[in-house]
Amino acid sequence: MTDITLPAGPTAAPPARPVLDGLRQVGLAAAGLSLFILVWEALPRIGLINSMLLPAPSVIPAAFWAEIQSGAWASAVSASLGHYTIGLAVGAVLGLVGGVATGMSQLAEDMTSWVVRVLRPIPGLAWVPFAIIWFGVSQSAAVFIIAIGVFWIVFFAAHGAIRGVDRDLIEVADAFGFRSARERLFKILLPAAMPGILVGLRTALGQAWMAVVAAEIFGVPGLGQRMIQASSLLATELVVVYMLTMAALYGLLDTVFVAVQRWVLRWKA
Amino acid sequence: MGAAMESVIDIEGLSLTFERDGQRNEVLRGLDLSVPRGAFIAIVGSSGVGKSTLLRVLIGLARASSGTVRIAPRPGQRQPLAFVFQDSRLLPWRPVIENVAFGLEGSGLTRTERRQKAHEALEIVGLAHLAERWPHQLSGGQRQRVSLARALAVEPEVLLMDEPFSALDAITREALQDELVRIWQVTGKTVLFVTHDIEEATYLADRVVVLAGSPGRVVADQIVDAPRPRRRSQSQEPDLVAGIRQHISGELLLDGTGI
Repeated sequence: MTDITLPAGPTAAPPARPVLDGLRQVGLAAAGLSLFILVWEALPRIGLINSMLLPAPSVIPAAFWAEIQSGAWASAVSASLGHYTIGLAVGAVLGLVGGVATGMSQLAEDMTSWVVRVLRPIPGLAWVPFAIIWFGVSQSAAVFIIAIGVFWIVFFAAHGAIRGVDRDLIEVADAFGFRSARERLFKILLPAAMPGILVGLRTALGQAWMAVVAAEIFGVPGLGQRMIQASSLLATELVVVYMLTMAALYGLLDTVFVAVQRWVLRWKA
Repeated sequence: MGAAMESVIDIEGLSLTFERDGQRNEVLRGLDLSVPRGAFIAIVGSSGVGKSTLLRVLIGLARASSGTVRIAPRPGQRQPLAFVFQDSRLLPWRPVIENVAFGLEGSGLTRTERRQKAHEALEIVGLAHLAERWPHQLSGGQRQRVSLARALAVEPEVLLMDEPFSALDAITREALQDELVRIWQVTGKTVLFVTHDIEEATYLADRVVVLAGSPGRVVADQIVDAPRPRRRSQSQEPDLVAGIRQHISGELLLDGTGI
């Protein structure tokens, strides 16, 4: 009789250690961040870089505190959030309407295709002269610049998402007698296109923050204007304060948006 | 199934030609069919013979080129026909109960009434306990039951079923076939059931209508009078099955379309 030895293999999957893995991940992230701040702190300290050009992170909290105490931080943030919210809302609503209309109607798409090709490549900043001529250096001018950037992103996202809706689902509406454009839109097209539309909105959420700075640089009060003022006074630590402020605000908004998005799309596998 | 029975659908001289890229494709020619109220009729034929197209014309998803279709609903009936697709086509963003209630929207019922009716339809297919699930959480058989419930919920006179079980595994398919016969007997609906499976047709239906040829036309119309409940076995209606096969293959040979 011969003994048959089966090749030794893994008898079971290696034990999962989710808690340890999680800790390791947090630890690594913290280590990386600390290293980044250390290098940043060291560069101006050892004189490799002039501290006028790159402020050390240790001076940031004091600058932040002073800016809060003077009230400048709060007023800049609230002004910018105002432009941001209104610009985002205007651009998103118009983009959604335009994208849905051209997505649903071949006539609308054919009529607008060359208008779109002409206007689309013009960057938001190129509209600054017109924004100033039409609205002056005002809140409306900033809103206008922001809305233009948002409009195109949402327009193309909505157009593509509506176009991509499964014809089979539209047939379901037809088979149950829902044949008007309105019924089609609200029962099938919009809910089916929602994932694509939300991706566009999330992109616009980030894009609009960049536009906020661009729109305020020419003098409309807000974060961007404050940054330009600070940089012209070589108050670089203030510039960093506002850079971090923007990062934090964006991070917060994006986190909230993702939570809402997850809830709206909870039907997805 | 005498001629005295009142018919719910009358089709006369139905022809349909698609035109795509300048090419004419005649799918159906001169088709006559009368569907008695309460009947279970299976329409069999090979793929491309126009059997699905026939159902699509009835529900208004395709337009006939000529011929007449008369549908006689009961008085006060809002939607005389309801469609069950081959793939369930549930709306993935709606929970099961809202999918079943879909066809009732715009009927003047309140949301509560719609959900009540949807719930009753789900009970008929035995899935009331899954009312709040999302479609992606269901198995293929469950999805198709929900799709059937969605059709039943509008309380139609006729169920139009387009190869509804062909995408299911054999065990699930047999369970759903028996389920359908039970529902048909309980509700007294008329069923027009399209399939390419001759055994399925003879197991389920009172009457098997065979479409063949290109353009498709009715080449045979057979009564299946095996008593119910029927037994599922190869030898159940051997002559009938063989006869239908011959009709279909004979037409294919005559047309030279091959298989």
